[in-house]
Amino acid sequence: MTAPHGRGLLHLAAALDQQAAFDAASYVGPAQLAERGGLDFVTLGDTFARPGPDALAVLSRVAPATRRIGLVPTVTTTHTEPFHVQAAVATLDWVSRGRAGWQLDVSTTEGEARLFGRRHAAPADALWREAGEIAEVAARLWDSWEDDAEIRDEATGRFIDRDKLHHVDFRGATFFVKGPSIVPRPPQGHPVRVVDATEGPARRVAARYADVALVRVVGPAQARAVRAELRDAAAEFGRNPDTLRVLGSLVVDLGDGERAAEPGHGGGGPRQSAQGPLYRGGPVDLAELIAAWHASEAVDGFHLTPVEPRRDLERLVNGTVALLQHRGLFRTFYPGSTLREHLGLARPANQYAVTGGAS
Amino acid sequence: MTVRKRMHLAAHFPGVNSTTVWTDPRSKSQIDFASFEHLARTAERGLFDFFFLAEGLRLREHKGRVHDLDVVGRPESITVLNALAAVTERLGLAATVNATFNEPYELARRLATLDHLSGGRAAWNVVTSSDAFTGENFRRGGFLDRADRYARAAEFVATARELWDSWTPEGVARPFAHQGQHFDIAGEFGLPRSPQGQPVVIQAGDSDEGREFAAATADVVFTRHGTLDAGREFYADVKGRLATYGRAPEDLKIMPGVTVVLGDTAADAVGRAAEICRRQVSPQNALLALEQIWGVDLSSYDPDGPLPDIDPEPEPALAQGRVRVADPLAVAEKWRALSRAKGLSIRQTVIEASGRHSFVGTPETVAAGLDEFVTAGAADGFILVPQLTPGGLDEFVDRVVPLLQERGAFRTEYTGTTLRSHLGLPDPIWKG
Repeated sequence: MTAPHGRGLLHLAAALDQQAAFDAASYVGPAQLAERGGLDFVTLGDTFARPGPDALAVLSRVAPATRRIGLVPTVTTTHTEPFHVQAAVATLDWVSRGRAGWQLDVSTTEGEARLFGRRHAAPADALWREAGEIAEVAARLWDSWEDDAEIRDEATGRFIDRDKLHHVDFRGATFFVKGPSIVPRPPQGHPVRVVDATEGPARRVAARYADVALVRVVGPAQARAVRAELRDAAAEFGRNPDTLRVLGSLVVDLGDGERAAEPGHGGGGPRQSAQGPLYRGGPVDLAELIAAWHASEAVDGFHLTPVEPRRDLERLVNGTVALLQHRGLFRTFYPGSTLREHLGLARPANQYAVTGGAS
Repeated sequence: MTVRKRMHLAAHFPGVNSTTVWTDPRSKSQIDFASFEHLARTAERGLFDFFFLAEGLRLREHKGRVHDLDVVGRPESITVLNALAAVTERLGLAATVNATFNEPYELARRLATLDHLSGGRAAWNVVTSSDAFTGENFRRGGFLDRADRYARAAEFVATARELWDSWTPEGVARPFAHQGQHFDIAGEFGLPRSPQGQPVVIQAGDSDEGREFAAATADVVFTRHGTLDAGREFYADVKGRLATYGRAPEDLKIMPGVTVVLGDTAADAVGRAAEICRRQVSPQNALLALEQIWGVDLSSYDPDGPLPDIDPEPEPALAQGRVRVADPLAVAEKWRALSRAKGLSIRQTVIEASGRHSFVGTPETVAAGLDEFVTAGAADGFILVPQLTPGGLDEFVDRVVPLLQERGAFRTEYTGTTLRSHLGLPDPIWKG
């Protein structure tokens, strides 16, 4: 049993998801807007089940057009090659100079399976077990190059010290990877792994591997309970629970200006909807909600998905975030440059590095 | 008066092999985005057709250990190219991606995304080289024999084209279904038709199967550079195969990969070329090159001494992840003869036998040499392979491109926005 630590910094993230947008400008502008608000990161969902561009590609296109904000695409682990996925995420970290994350997800439908024709649809718990293995092998592959592996030693003709490159020899239930990665260890060591921990099968993976867990809940009591459960489970996996950030995930409809919230909304709190917990109200009331949930240690912050991408993101940044900044509850500039630094997470040690006796 | 034939130029990011010199003090990171940005911006400043990234899916090994003498480590290609799309405006962006260790739906989607995000600048270099050694990093694992590799690649490309064409030009998604020997898939593709209709397809490989595959499928062939006569023969052979597929000679561009060494005088250039060779073939690399042919441990030999008098192992297994030497005994005999004839040490022999630059000279002679290849029907253009990261193209763009332009041999501005427009390729017809 671990007691929640004292209230940490508030963390905020926003989703860039839009329907039927395939060009770069549709994403670059909103990402820059979120960066002006000092948000920790933006996410972009991805599924083979609906039309949309490859999310990791979009956020690598966004990377040179932004400077500080974290970039977290969803990449499914179900029909993809673990080796390719970890290389792409590591590369996003290189091109963004340490701002990459990866939201792991699974593909459960038969429709998605038919697009690949390699395996049939499987139940979520089996797929999340596989996702856990892929989270594990990704970290090993990121560590398969030690940070100082490149030596460029002209005297011996060696470009690398091969004692600092490692085969990972990872055998999962459905795949094997030899390693090492083709990509040197990325700037953050491990890009930030994000898991939506709302559903049961994903929660164990989140507790074990996630740096950021998202939970879709309508009230602070429920959020607090899930957060405590995640932190306890993380501790059982041998982790320091303070290395896990738990963000409440809300769909936000900031409506037309500062109109009064409907009963049970706005100041009254979000309610369940088809898209998940929905907050509908003004930007000021949303700031109140964020401050209140955070103050009561129900969450470490929020991941917010605008209903109307352009309108609501603008109101979120210029209304809600500006107010939180004004009250001293949210950063007004980025003191760090990597996503890990925004989240207050240390750069992980390399599991293969010989530490000279220290453990 | 006929219209002057203009060449196409592409920039290969310096490779993960001994062509790339890393001991030069100007050599910078092969992984930092700044290096990619520098080379891509340089290529765009030179009005190049496209920027090209190779691929590696398993680090090369020698004697069971990761090969440590050459530049190693690179990013994942498509991800880097999407980032480069943000810092360039016209330059084509070509990724090498293996058809054996990917699936058509996912790769077609990633390439279509690159084409959308770059406004029509995406290209895919289809490679099939694969073996059980590389397969150890992948779910699929295993080994495909040579014929199956090409059969899979051909079906892969055909399937990708079906997916790219699956939405109507008006942007309505329609279901697809493909049933073949290698793929049995169905559903709906995730993106509308991309700005180029279909990304440009490049094929690398000089074998007979490779040539036929290119004639049937590719828009660009990335081939090896040789003599003018060999180039003309290859060019005529591949172009001659196009009619069978209902294609015109100009529908497929032949672009050999070349290296260039410039100097203020011919002697200066020759001196610089020799210095580059010396850096490419370090004493350790010379022994390694020998071990790849002899197939045995030669670490006790002196690289500045004579070649071994023992014969090579007929089935060398020391090196993994490299192209095999076809006939080690013959190569060994050739190298010994070379060494005897000129009195060369191991290192000198390796330099003499393998250290070749395609064009060495003043900017004027290099421009003339490139132009000759194109006007003589040996190439449609070139993929330049610089020896230095990231500044290896600076001098070419500053000194040779203006001379090519003066000769009327190269464009003076981009006239279109897509890679297809740079290459003068027809827009693919929507097959519905």
